[in-house]
Amino acid sequence: MNRIKQLFQEKKNILSIYYTAGYPNTGDTIQIAEALEKSGADMLEIGFPYSDPVADGPVIQASSKQSLDQGMTLKLLFEQLKDLRKKVSIPVLLMGYVNPVLQFGVEKFCEACAEVGVDGCIVPDLPMVEYEEFYKDCFEKHNLSNVFLITPQTAEERIHKIDGLTNGFIYLLSSSATTGKNLEVGDTTEAYFSRIKNLNLKNPTMIGFGISDKQTFDKACSYANGAIIGTAFVKAIADGNLEESVSNFMKKFKG
Amino acid sequence: MKYKVNEKGYYGDFGGAYIPEMLYPNVEELRQNYLKIIDDAGFQKEFHQLLKDYVGRPSPLYLAKRYSERFGANIFLKREDLNHTGAHKINNTIGQILLAEKLGKKRIIAETGAGQHGVATATVCALRNLECVIYMGEVDIERQAPNVARMKMLGAKVVPASSGSKTLKDATNEAMRDWINNPVDTHYIIGSVVGPHPYPDMVAIFQSIISEETKKQLLEQTGSDQPDYVLACVGGGSNAMGMFYHFMDDENVKLIAVEAAGKGVSSGFSAATTYLGKEGVLHGSRSILMQTPDGQVVEPHSVSAGLDYPGIGPQHAHLFKTGRGEYVSITDEESLDAGLLCTQLEGIIPAIESAHALAYLEKMEFKGGENVVVCLSGRGDKDLDTYIKYFNL
Repeated sequence: MNRIKQLFQEKKNILSIYYTAGYPNTGDTIQIAEALEKSGADMLEIGFPYSDPVADGPVIQASSKQSLDQGMTLKLLFEQLKDLRKKVSIPVLLMGYVNPVLQFGVEKFCEACAEVGVDGCIVPDLPMVEYEEFYKDCFEKHNLSNVFLITPQTAEERIHKIDGLTNGFIYLLSSSATTGKNLEVGDTTEAYFSRIKNLNLKNPTMIGFGISDKQTFDKACSYANGAIIGTAFVKAIADGNLEESVSNFMKKFKG
Repeated sequence: MKYKVNEKGYYGDFGGAYIPEMLYPNVEELRQNYLKIIDDAGFQKEFHQLLKDYVGRPSPLYLAKRYSERFGANIFLKREDLNHTGAHKINNTIGQILLAEKLGKKRIIAETGAGQHGVATATVCALRNLECVIYMGEVDIERQAPNVARMKMLGAKVVPASSGSKTLKDATNEAMRDWINNPVDTHYIIGSVVGPHPYPDMVAIFQSIISEETKKQLLEQTGSDQPDYVLACVGGGSNAMGMFYHFMDDENVKLIAVEAAGKGVSSGFSAATTYLGKEGVLHGSRSILMQTPDGQVVEPHSVSAGLDYPGIGPQHAHLFKTGRGEYVSITDEESLDAGLLCTQLEGIIPAIESAHALAYLEKMEFKGGENVVVCLSGRGDKDLDTYIKYFNL
């Protein structure tokens, strides 16, 4: 069974951490994954950097730029992930934009994911229709989950369509925003989270964007199967000792 | 339909809407409504009234006599430089502001390179009393100071884009981010035939007034509505698309699109997209763009801020791939020299963007008597500083 599906069957209040591959240093990708698993992360999203990341806020964009400037490529990322499954057992997703995947080659990309033991992908600017037509068969052949995003503005009909196409979890954006905004759970957000909860989707949901501390994490978990932290983590590992930064950061959620 | 958009939003292999979910409702709202709104008789009446009384259309089609003598062909200049605000950009912003009003939007955002689209957007926002935020690369803010001042006078907020190359590409990213963060009340006026469907089609429709008028004017002046050649410069490609639009199906009319070679196509400082680029996705559509083998967008260079863009609109990619259009390029120096030539031969100071199209005349061979239309997309007032430095004026 796909590791993502298994995780959702076995666990509640899942904590997923996003970080940018090759940041702060090119060789850090695997070390961070190991440290995160050791400190209690349930799932990982490794971002492959892109030069024009329109859905990202300034923190993640800057990390992508630093990583690219230091020479990160998708090819290099797959080389770094060669020993992933010897060192990390929790589910791992790759997250990034469609153009690097297109240039790498969709088939080759899926093969490489399967080879290194990546369980799924999040490609925010890949349209649903394109996925259905050109990517779905390939993803399924390689047992890769494809995770779609929904926002407070996503219409119900479309949510059901996304639910039908997804096989992992649905990424519930806390607000319609780029990454790095703080989660403000007011009446509107609560109504939106409750609305989604009551749709009884076949896929589990994870809330992302704006989760930065235990309080916002717990709040998110009361509406979904877990939450995703990105910007706050990327900020936390910017400098200092990597293992220590990871462990200190995770203590805030697990302690 | 051969060169126009299909119902899925594609031109052959190019187009589509590669956008994050956060933008889907906005883009979908536009897609479902734009044709209905544009085709409405009331909209058309208001649009054309404003083009006539406010923009000053039709813009003249001027037979440039000294140019014609020099090149041995009838060189016509389509005078978009005479439009209010000094370029073709206003055709599109008038259309989009009326559309935004119909959609009930209260806030307008836009990106700008040379500042022409920013000025055109700020102008229509002032005209219709809507809040206006313009994203502009830090580098462009510096080299297009008069346009920045114009935008500010018009009441727009100019936000510097400080990421990447700090030019048009980055301003576009910032505007898209703003739209993601303000999904309900904001309309994004994209200034070129780029972006997710329906933008390339919508902008092309608004700019198609250029070729619509040209056909009528040619018929009056030459007895035929079909010239031998039509030339226009291409960054994203909106003036070129407007200039080509009604000629695309006239297969005997040669369409020539002039890109910015910058310091030379092989110099590493160029914006010659079709020469250097390959197929990929940028700013919401599948097209041709300059990129590394790993799919990272390469920073372009051109002396003209309006052509300093690493991609072209998807419809241009289709015209290029099918061979319907000929895509060529002109260097910074060639364009500046052509700008001076135009000034001295015809008394018209062209925008450096437009001067790229003019410069290609030097590379063409005419048998004599051909009719050639060049889109003079904008005036060069905003570029005086660059001209002054280059020619030591």
